[in-house]
Amino acid sequence: MTTAHDTIAFADALKEFEPVIGLETHVELGTNSKMFCSCPTAFGAESNTQVCPVCLGLPGSMPVVNRAAVESTIRMGLALNCDIASWCRFARKNYFYPDMPKDYQVSQYDEPLCTDGYLDVTVETDAGPREFRVEIERVHMEEDTGKLTHAGGATGRIHGADYSLVDYNRAGIPLIEIVTKPLVGTGELAPQVAKAYVTELRDLMRALGVSDVRMEEGSLRCDVNVSLNRPGDPWGTRSETKNVNSLRSVERAVHSEIERQAAVLSSGGRVVQETRHFHEDTGRSTSGRSKEQAEDYRYFPEPDLVPVAPSTEWVDELRGTLPELPSARRARLRAEWGVGEHEFQTMVNAGALELIEASIAEGVDPAAARKWWTGELLRIANDREMELADVPVTPAQIRRVESLVADGSLNDKLARQVFDGVISGEGDVDEVVAGRGLAVVSDDSSLLAAIDTALAEQPDVADKIRGGKVQAAGAIVGAVMKATRGQADAAKVRALLLERLGVSE
Amino acid sequence: MTAITRAEVEHLARLARLQLSADELDHYAGQLDVILQSVARVSEVAAEDIPPTSHPIPVENVYREDVARPGLDRSVVAAGAPAWEDDRFRVPRILDEE
Repeated sequence: MTTAHDTIAFADALKEFEPVIGLETHVELGTNSKMFCSCPTAFGAESNTQVCPVCLGLPGSMPVVNRAAVESTIRMGLALNCDIASWCRFARKNYFYPDMPKDYQVSQYDEPLCTDGYLDVTVETDAGPREFRVEIERVHMEEDTGKLTHAGGATGRIHGADYSLVDYNRAGIPLIEIVTKPLVGTGELAPQVAKAYVTELRDLMRALGVSDVRMEEGSLRCDVNVSLNRPGDPWGTRSETKNVNSLRSVERAVHSEIERQAAVLSSGGRVVQETRHFHEDTGRSTSGRSKEQAEDYRYFPEPDLVPVAPSTEWVDELRGTLPELPSARRARLRAEWGVGEHEFQTMVNAGALELIEASIAEGVDPAAARKWWTGELLRIANDREMELADVPVTPAQIRRVESLVADGSLNDKLARQVFDGVISGEGDVDEVVAGRGLAVVSDDSSLLAAIDTALAEQPDVADKIRGGKVQAAGAIVGAVMKATRGQADAAKVRALLLERLGVSE
Repeated sequence: MTAITRAEVEHLARLARLQLSADELDHYAGQLDVILQSVARVSEVAAEDIPPTSHPIPVENVYREDVARPGLDRSVVAAGAPAWEDDRFRVPRILDEE
């Protein structure tokens, strides 16, 4: 068991060692039916209601490949600049575990559909953005496994469980596995590069429409390989950390594994080639089984499925369906919006690009769209620990709020309250405005009354302003804004105040 | 020369979760050896110009369209399960690899 004190600080680790990282990413494709049978793929269905003789591995059943899954894999391969094999086969990966009722998983072994591509990713550094090219070894097709729940015992884990229950709804859902080549030269940026790569993959798959990549439903899973070596030495022994299922965890897994291995190596120990399990709660990993050798899976060509041999015409046709890819889209949007690199990266990191783009398309002023999505709405999303895209505010609602601000019925502070109300389920924009009684107080007499009260409460400030210290007006304006619960136009209050005291700017 | 050793047979048996006695290991190792040697003789005949064959009929690109259809009724699925609990297959406790 690894504990926190068995690590050395990340910065110290990087002074002595260079990391080599590699990522294997599994993503469920968004097809209607499974990889080799026509069972539905809906998430969250009742246990064992989306199964048939094929995905249950019943004797005599025969699989047939889902055309859409092959097309999605080829499109993904093309988007990753891969070569597409003109002929390849599926293979059986034999292992004994009840997550697959057949006792093997159909995958691809030495003949992947796509090979030798790359994906460029950008990470923010103190010295500005830096681009890294992540080389792709292969993209291949396989099927997902069933879901096991360990029952009995105290912990709900394998250790101490009395038995397990299996739901095969997920068994046979099409997966693609994307494997990088070893990535060197990332140094201290290794964790960020790993995260940026998986983020870019996710965005790419969403843009292609091959998967909606719902990470919280486990539709994207990562295995993270890390090794360390001293500068000039050959690469070290690598570990493989499994169970890394969120973008943040990818970064944390690389970070903690660098610290752990550095501690082992610094104290003269040897890193063991093993599978480790990542724990979301602690951000650390524990040792799992020693890695089975590939030959233990006894791969052989799947006899029940015929070879996949995409013609040049088919591949070209699929190439023609590729949409604008995320990197090109980002470059275009940044140019269109005319924003700086740093500000743009903030929008990217917040996951706000699509939302801003949609808001502008709805007629919202571009600057206002950026302001809301990277300001108040992002703050609300963070407060409520939700993705920005899941904040229940529509572009049409932003446009409505903006028009109310433009005609003076709302100010920014009130607009924030409107969004709070919309998100809290108090109704549409106008309903919240009416329900909460939100409106800028434009009636001069009530504003003047509030100004008089504030002046009476702060006579010293009033004297300063009369004496020509106009900048002191802020205290009175603030008091008036507070008294009107923000429902006044601050500029107007200021003008009225100065007029009242007979002072000019 | 043997094509497969007794130790290899023991290893394969472990991967397949087959518990074999010492006598059975000797017995199956001998039988598997005969099979492998026979296959090896075919390999001797196959010249360089004969590619390894995984499929006897030259058929490629057989696909189904991505249309979902209902699977089996769950009662039918349950009826085929050796053990069933809470709408799921119940399987024996899974021991960790050493």
